[in-house]
Amino acid sequence: MGGVTAILKKELADHFTSYRFLFLFALIAMVSLITAYMAGVNISTQLVDVAKPRFVFLMLFTSSGIGFSFVQFVAFFGPLIGLILGFDTINRERNEGTLSKLLSQPIYRDSIINGKFLAGVAIIAILLTSILLTVAGIGLLMIGVIPGIEEVFRLFIYLIISITYISFWLGAAILFSIIFRNVSTSALAALAAWVFFSFFVSLGANAVANALTTDTTISSSEAQMTRAKIRKAVSLISPMELYSDSTITIVDPMRRTTKSMVQMGWMEQLSITRFSGPLPLGQSILVVFPYITTLIAITFICFGISYAVFMRQEIRSV
Amino acid sequence: METGAVIETHNLTKAYKGQTAVDNLSFDVQEGEIFGFLGPNGAGKTTTLLMLLGLTEPTSGSAKVIGIDPCREPVKVKRLIGYLPENMGFYRDLNAWETLRFIAELNEIPRSEADGRIESALKTVGIYKEAEKKVGAFSRGMRQRLGIAEVLIKRPKAAFLDEPTLGLDPDTTNRIIELIEFLARERRMTVLLSSHFLHHVQKICHRVGIMIKGRMVAQGPLSQLAEEKLGVGQESYTLEEIYLKYFQEE
Ligand SMILES: Nc1ncnc2c1ncn2[C@@H]1O[C@H](COP(=O)(O)OP(=O)(O)O)[C@@H](O)[C@H]1O
Ligand SMILES: [Mg+2]
Repeated sequence: MGGVTAILKKELADHFTSYRFLFLFALIAMVSLITAYMAGVNISTQLVDVAKPRFVFLMLFTSSGIGFSFVQFVAFFGPLIGLILGFDTINRERNEGTLSKLLSQPIYRDSIINGKFLAGVAIIAILLTSILLTVAGIGLLMIGVIPGIEEVFRLFIYLIISITYISFWLGAAILFSIIFRNVSTSALAALAAWVFFSFFVSLGANAVANALTTDTTISSSEAQMTRAKIRKAVSLISPMELYSDSTITIVDPMRRTTKSMVQMGWMEQLSITRFSGPLPLGQSILVVFPYITTLIAITFICFGISYAVFMRQEIRSV
Repeated sequence: METGAVIETHNLTKAYKGQTAVDNLSFDVQEGEIFGFLGPNGAGKTTTLLMLLGLTEPTSGSAKVIGIDPCREPVKVKRLIGYLPENMGFYRDLNAWETLRFIAELNEIPRSEADGRIESALKTVGIYKEAEKKVGAFSRGMRQRLGIAEVLIKRPKAAFLDEPTLGLDPDTTNRIIELIEFLARERRMTVLLSSHFLHHVQKICHRVGIMIKGRMVAQGPLSQLAEEKLGVGQESYTLEEIYLKYFQEE
């Protein structure tokens, strides 16, 4: 246990004094501020003469001012935070010869990964929380709406899911840093994984769905249904899809779901036909729960592979 | 059987793909002894040390360090042994004091005690004045001393030093050799010293083991090896001569 705490402490200190953290923070802060500002302008012009709808405050995070919303921004670029924080975790120590020093101390090998992962998660949590609060602050000033209890609660859940999501990418990056001894190779691999899951999986999901349902004799609605199901199934291997689907349900209760009716399971269809108002918080949580579980599960899988590979690896300073 | 051996190996073997790095190695090191572990590059010295620390799994054979099997309980062994790896790296952004504090934390040395140990270790190796300097700005000699300080703050029963004087100037080499001798004599520390600086090894080692291509071709006190190989009495031989003799025979 002592190993994890010592490494966690050192890693945190390293992060806070590193330019990498500083740049990351500055970059994210800038983009989020711009997004929040644009969203704020957008909302306040739209709200001029109408009664304020429910969940106006959440719209700060979901309405797109300059092409993308805060939520979309985190879904798309959030992975990069995790990857940038983690891609050189182990291989840098190996290349600098500090890994053999660490490993010759009385700690278990997994303490090293755990300590570093936890430090990264703490950094991610700090980054996201402070930025979320800043955006909320700006919104408060611009649209002058005080968030309700439920909105605060939804934002909190959103924060937790987002931290989990980016932590998954951190875990993946740590795995790359174990597999690839060369720092730039692992950076490239991380980037490739990001591109793959951000662009290829959803494109690929469409392609697969279309390819599998070319039979024109099937009635169009049936084909559409199958296609949608396949698309959904394929894109569920993408953590990005898991994340987007779950967060949208949480922070955009009016939209209720990102999916079209045909893609819904019977539970969701039921809920959508039963209630005409926004999806209640409890329902939202119920809908996203499997997504979150899956996100956590794939993070653990990543970790499992990391342990297995790291435990067997030959430790040589050269 | 209680032998008082700090290190004991029995037919320890490590085979990498297509090559045996350590071949049926059996040797022991007694308490308080400085054991010189000699051999050319690639002889298998580092591999042996890694196996003794549980950092590499042996292919076959067994080892005991202070009565513990490093394969089964590597963490226990590492708590009791100080290891100076060859080509050891350092965190460049930490200063000497912070480096040692980090090592102390990893060893779960209580804070109240750590400061005292760090100070005394820095003084022993002679870099106390540079305690606040970033390790990135250290010379090779200073880093090596810091590496030894890392070993010292653990107050280990035994130290494994892998080529501690490699790449150092003669003066620094002498100081480090003297330091090792001092630690063995005054602190009763058992030292396993891997090196190919025969001249120095001759000066301080009680016994040596000569390793060539993974096999230990000779071990024992220098005088004994000299008699066996050169047939001469003490004083008139150097370890270099003995070593070369073995080397030529291979
Ligand atoms: N990871 C490895 N894979 C394959 N061979 C290795 C590996 N590590 C070391 N060796 C080989 O094992 C032999 C012993 O190396 P080493 O123990 O480092 O020798 P020394 O420390 O005496 O110079 C060398 O021939 C080296 O090439
Ligand atoms: Mg070596």
